[in-house]
Amino acid sequence: MKITFNGQAIESTEHTLQAFIDSMGAKEPYAVALNGQFVPRSQCQSTHLAQGDSIELLSPIQGG
Amino acid sequence: MRDDKPLTIYGQKFESRLLIGSALYPSPHIMQEAISASQSQIVTVSLRRQNSVSAGDDFWQLIKDTGLKVLPNTAGCHSVKEAVTLAHMCREVFATDWIKLELIGDEYNLQPDPVALLEATQILLSEGFKVLPYCTDDLVLCQRLAALGCDVLMPWGAPIGTGKGLLNPYNLSMIRQRLPDITLIVDAGLGLPSHACQALEMGYDAVLLNSAIAGAGCPVTMARAFNYAVQAGRAAYVAQAMPEKDVAAPSTPTMGMPFWHQSN
Repeated sequence: MKITFNGQAIESTEHTLQAFIDSMGAKEPYAVALNGQFVPRSQCQSTHLAQGDSIELLSPIQGG
Repeated sequence: MRDDKPLTIYGQKFESRLLIGSALYPSPHIMQEAISASQSQIVTVSLRRQNSVSAGDDFWQLIKDTGLKVLPNTAGCHSVKEAVTLAHMCREVFATDWIKLELIGDEYNLQPDPVALLEATQILLSEGFKVLPYCTDDLVLCQRLAALGCDVLMPWGAPIGTGKGLLNPYNLSMIRQRLPDITLIVDAGLGLPSHACQALEMGYDAVLLNSAIAGAGCPVTMARAFNYAVQAGRAAYVAQAMPEKDVAAPSTPTMGMPFWHQSN
């Protein structure tokens, strides 16, 4: 199915959010949002993906 | 002489009155050195897409090694939904309920959106966050934010990254007078240590800055200068300045002055 990951359109066969993130090689520490909504890490395993979902994977960066 | 109370942010007390940003330094090593030289106890950070420039564990490890309190921000957000989502993501990654709430209303001068800021603040406070809103120097906006339950407000000195200093000292002074029990931090727009000193002299509890140090010719030396400036400004506030006068008054005694009235 088509997923938008960090702004880029990609194809994925993963069905859960956690499996998708793992397949993308996510490195700790990170937090996840699905379609603009925060998904706690504890819920990523039970969150199922659908065609057209948009996923953001964010990590620490410098800030002012 | 006024009482010298420590800087207090949502119940936590700090000796340093300088909050420092972690962005824009020439190198990670200089960032570490500058943070150390500033004597700051609070450092700001953010979140960006993984695999984007510099996002990741290397930077985060450097910050963790400082042992300082971390203040995540929602920089770059333009809507309430974006800011609330990013705040939740920050809380999970950085394991803190503090959030520097930044909600941009105008792309040109990066001016905070006061209406959206109030809405996002209300939501985040109700969800257990300790919100430090970055706001304009509008007294009524600050009063509304305080009424929502913010213990801390962070009005701007000038637009982010301009280095112009305190553009509206009257506004900032009025906020200080009208909200005596709120912790006030001037956030953004400072360029010189004298700007920070001025903010502390007028009774602001602290300043938050980044570009003024990171963008200096020598960030480490400038960080030290800002540390001295906030200490000087706070001491001056505690000591209470002399009343300003319109007419000159000699400081050297005139009694016993030789040659008095002998010149033409």
